[in-house]
Amino acid sequence: MMTGEIKAAFKAGLPIFIGYLPAAIAFGILAKGCSISLLECFLFSAAVFAGASQFIALNLLMSGMGLLGIIITTLFVNFRHFLMSAYLSTRIEITAKRYLALIAFGITDEVFSVLSFHKGDMPKSFILTVQFTAYFAWVSGSVAGFILGSFLPELLTVSMGVALYSLLLAIILPEVKKSFKILLLVIASGVLNTALIKLDILPHGWTIIVCILVISFTGTLFTMEESCRKERP
Amino acid sequence: MNNLIPLILGMAAVTYGPRLIPFLFLSNRTIPKRLNTFLQYIPPSAIGALIIPGVLNATPDMPMAAVSGMVLTLIVGLWRGGIILPVLGSVIVTYLILSYAA
Repeated sequence: MMTGEIKAAFKAGLPIFIGYLPAAIAFGILAKGCSISLLECFLFSAAVFAGASQFIALNLLMSGMGLLGIIITTLFVNFRHFLMSAYLSTRIEITAKRYLALIAFGITDEVFSVLSFHKGDMPKSFILTVQFTAYFAWVSGSVAGFILGSFLPELLTVSMGVALYSLLLAIILPEVKKSFKILLLVIASGVLNTALIKLDILPHGWTIIVCILVISFTGTLFTMEESCRKERP
Repeated sequence: MNNLIPLILGMAAVTYGPRLIPFLFLSNRTIPKRLNTFLQYIPPSAIGALIIPGVLNATPDMPMAAVSGMVLTLIVGLWRGGIILPVLGSVIVTYLILSYAA
């Protein structure tokens, strides 16, 4: 029998599932095209579990880059999760280290976004179920793509990819409705990211890190100034 | 193709490390107020940068399709709230536009 909590977690994880599946299938197809074995394709998704960096790794591998170069690139691309875990560590009230170690493994952009704005308690069963839903989509999709090729119609695959963006929008909307400051942060960050990508001065993956740091820091400065003004008589 | 296992393990390690370290150092600690304010702003700034401009490339042949899906999410999200309906709706709208407006 499913408890309400687990059901809520599956519901929270479903949009991630829809968004990850086509991306994972694409990864499996690409991996096969790079003449990687099924086991290696599976291990990529099962052990690394990080979308964009896996695609980049395949591209770099094909271009002949060495092991160390690809690993360093992966570190750069995925370093934004450091900031996301830092935030989540203030929200997750679980003391057992072994559960924290397990939860940390499943911190992707989308899992982070869902957990960040989840209302109320986040017991480990909820967190791990959301993460498992995402992980299952990613690993099974990779294997399915490798074995079956593009078994979903192309238009459906492309459309399902939009789910990832609409998920993020749907998550942030209630907050934006409540707070003008949140709206400003979201838009400022998107504008800065667009500018940084257009300027093309940062390595892949770093534009998002710079956006998070700059925009959160600016927000903190404004908040501090506000509270200073309030404290004055 | 050479043996890829060392590459996969290396990538797994540099991905897992940054995800794990903050939990080891920040969990269940008292965090200074300023740092905490900073951390609380991470989710909205991350989401802004994750959506924009990436969504414009989600349906590369016709960016309007993805944008229309997002508009539907915006309308349903503001009107009714929730996650599943706005997300499924945007996938359906994107699919219909890609199928019939091309």
